[in-house]
Amino acid sequence: MLPKQEVVAMLLAGGQGSRLGVLTKSLAKPAVPYGGKYRIIDFPLSNCVNSGIETVGVLTQYQPLVLNEYIGNGQPWDLDSMNAGVRVLPPYQRSRKSDWYKGTANAIYQNIPYIDRYHPEYVVVLSGDHIYKMDYSKMIAFHKEKEADCTIAVFDVPMEEASRFGILNTNEDGSVYQFDEKPKVPKSNHASMGIYVFTWSKLRKYLEADEANPKSSNDFGKDVLPAMLNAGERMFAYRFEGYWKDVGTVDSLWESNMDLLNPNIQLDLNEESWKIYSRNPVMPPHYISSGAKVQNSLVAEGCNVYGEIDFAVLFAGVYIAPGAVVKDSIIMPNTRIEENAIVQYAIVSENAVIGKGATVGARPEDITDKGEWGIAVVGDGCVIAPGAVVPPKAMIDKEQLVEEATK
Amino acid sequence: MRGNNILGLIFSNVHDEKVRELTEKRTMGSVPFGGRYRLIDFPLSNMVNSGINKVGVITKSNYQSLMDHLGSGKAWDLSRKRAGLYLLPPFGSAAMAPNSRIESLASVSSFLTNSREEYVLLSDSDIVCNIDYKDVFLSHLKNKADITIIYRFGKLPDKICNPTVYSIDPDGRVRDMLVNPKADGDCNFGMSMLLIRRDLLIKMVSDCVSRNLYNFKRDFLQRNISNYSCYAYEFKGYAQNVCSMNSYFDANMSLMLPTVRAQLFDKDRPIYTKVRDDMPARYGLGADVKNSLIADGCVIEGSVENCVLFRGVHIGKGSKLQNCVVMQDSTIGPNCKLNYVVMDKDVLIRNDRSLLGFQSYPVFISKGSVV
Repeated sequence: MLPKQEVVAMLLAGGQGSRLGVLTKSLAKPAVPYGGKYRIIDFPLSNCVNSGIETVGVLTQYQPLVLNEYIGNGQPWDLDSMNAGVRVLPPYQRSRKSDWYKGTANAIYQNIPYIDRYHPEYVVVLSGDHIYKMDYSKMIAFHKEKEADCTIAVFDVPMEEASRFGILNTNEDGSVYQFDEKPKVPKSNHASMGIYVFTWSKLRKYLEADEANPKSSNDFGKDVLPAMLNAGERMFAYRFEGYWKDVGTVDSLWESNMDLLNPNIQLDLNEESWKIYSRNPVMPPHYISSGAKVQNSLVAEGCNVYGEIDFAVLFAGVYIAPGAVVKDSIIMPNTRIEENAIVQYAIVSENAVIGKGATVGARPEDITDKGEWGIAVVGDGCVIAPGAVVPPKAMIDKEQLVEEATK
Repeated sequence: MRGNNILGLIFSNVHDEKVRELTEKRTMGSVPFGGRYRLIDFPLSNMVNSGINKVGVITKSNYQSLMDHLGSGKAWDLSRKRAGLYLLPPFGSAAMAPNSRIESLASVSSFLTNSREEYVLLSDSDIVCNIDYKDVFLSHLKNKADITIIYRFGKLPDKICNPTVYSIDPDGRVRDMLVNPKADGDCNFGMSMLLIRRDLLIKMVSDCVSRNLYNFKRDFLQRNISNYSCYAYEFKGYAQNVCSMNSYFDANMSLMLPTVRAQLFDKDRPIYTKVRDDMPARYGLGADVKNSLIADGCVIEGSVENCVLFRGVHIGKGSKLQNCVVMQDSTIGPNCKLNYVVMDKDVLIRNDRSLLGFQSYPVFISKGSVV
């Protein structure tokens, strides 16, 4: 028998993140690169370790290869401990009734045996699509203090944006009396962050009931939480203050990367007491040449910068040729921007090549029809021909490029 | 595939006295280099990349920083059940602390006898290079050599101290060796690396000890050159000795050359080092960086030219750095002017300070100083 763990975290990492388009074509959303050296999943994993949670189950389903390889034995996050640590939990076949993960609640339901092995008091359910630094131990302490059955982390969003979120309406003591999924007329601005603390014995019961209900969509937000609320279980909202951003769309992924370049935004990834851990590339420091111009940027190791960059996030091993200009853009690992190419308001994925004199994206001020403008995205491994133009809002895919070339 | 019947042995303290400023509180092996490395990363990574999976690191004194850096050897993939990394600090009473390579080897004789590898590769940690020892091993086997020394051909580098110069036959056999000769023009000079059969190493060490001979170059090598089949292997890539503050400075500066970086940081034979989990370097508004090597975790708001900045260095607004080597976590306040300065770790330069060295004599600021 394994030693008891007071808290087990379950990280839902199976989502496709289809709104990220080519960026999640061959990897799951939590594995999307972020901030020059991280992947999104580094945030919840580092938060767990920094909060003292040593047992983390990562539920994978969509394109798990990159994610599996990245997590490995969990060593970069100190999650390779003897009796606990991180485990990757894909759906599996059993003697009867095998299935894919049908919904978030079903994913946890299918892994009840994994959780039961640790006899936890509490289970923390997390998702892998947000950038934030949060001490879960404080939320668990709040959960205990309120003697809650379920605690949901909430973030106060501007009232005018509240209708895009799942809103929790609360009493004065913080207890929740109503869920409003994307309300047209929101009553409050407490948006659910998709971070839940459950008392395990309670959650286990509701998961089993939910599974037995053939009409249920097996989702936490749609089924399990409303069922708990209707049955009168103690449910509380825990307010989180600080930086929190959903990076589920191309625009929000771009914005969140740019936030790292803004000194007025409170997201310090260098904080000694709350480091964000990641699998580090084995590369020398980056080199900035005599002719280069670098300002307002984040540059990772192994880069060689000969051109000009401003408001750029460069991942490891990126090459910026002389005369190339990269502005307001994110360039992912090992991509080459060749001579005199111009990249603006764009996300260029891994191992791509932007040919000599090519143009990717455009500044919003240079576009007359604002509806035509958006962040340009170049998928991984794409080779953009010299002199080619990738318009704003375009999404370039490697297979599509090959098809066009053979026409 | 790993595992090739060679045991690696690194001397981490030899040459400590040559760069006294840097080794005051550390071993030669743990001298920071190139923005994120320590000198020992080079021999260690070279060994690992050549398939050697058992490495002993011989230390003598000042080895806290070395132990902290190496840890379990995980970063070099040397934390394993079979073989892996072995730290070999002095053993026995203080009076017996080894002063030479021979004494060090004698003090680790049980490590040598208990190892199963047929060959031993010995290396110091004062040379920065990326060498494939598999090649050395093949030449050793081809020549049916007892000992293979590794050398470079060319003009002796300036300021190199105590070089060994070899006369080598066209077939690669070593005819003669001279320690610290007057040599003009091109010559074959040693890199303090050699490959030898393990049983022969043990025998030769015990022969030296029983005759009370403790000079590695003179007693161990020079005396035995004609007694054994001693061959030489020429290393043709980039290599730089670190044997004085000047050569340390030059070695760091040479990394600005793309050809040097391409050779030293070969993608197929990467140089590993301890991971720090810093965020990528951040350039602020007004940052102006030219011809410099910058590591993760730096925050740059001033102007930097011809500099190597290690991890976690902060450069304040309006400051101007030229030709500087700034080690881990040092902070330079706003409006400073620094030229030809080598700063050790954790140095704090307060605002508006000016420090000027000269190319032939960079100013050195020791660990933790506040200016």
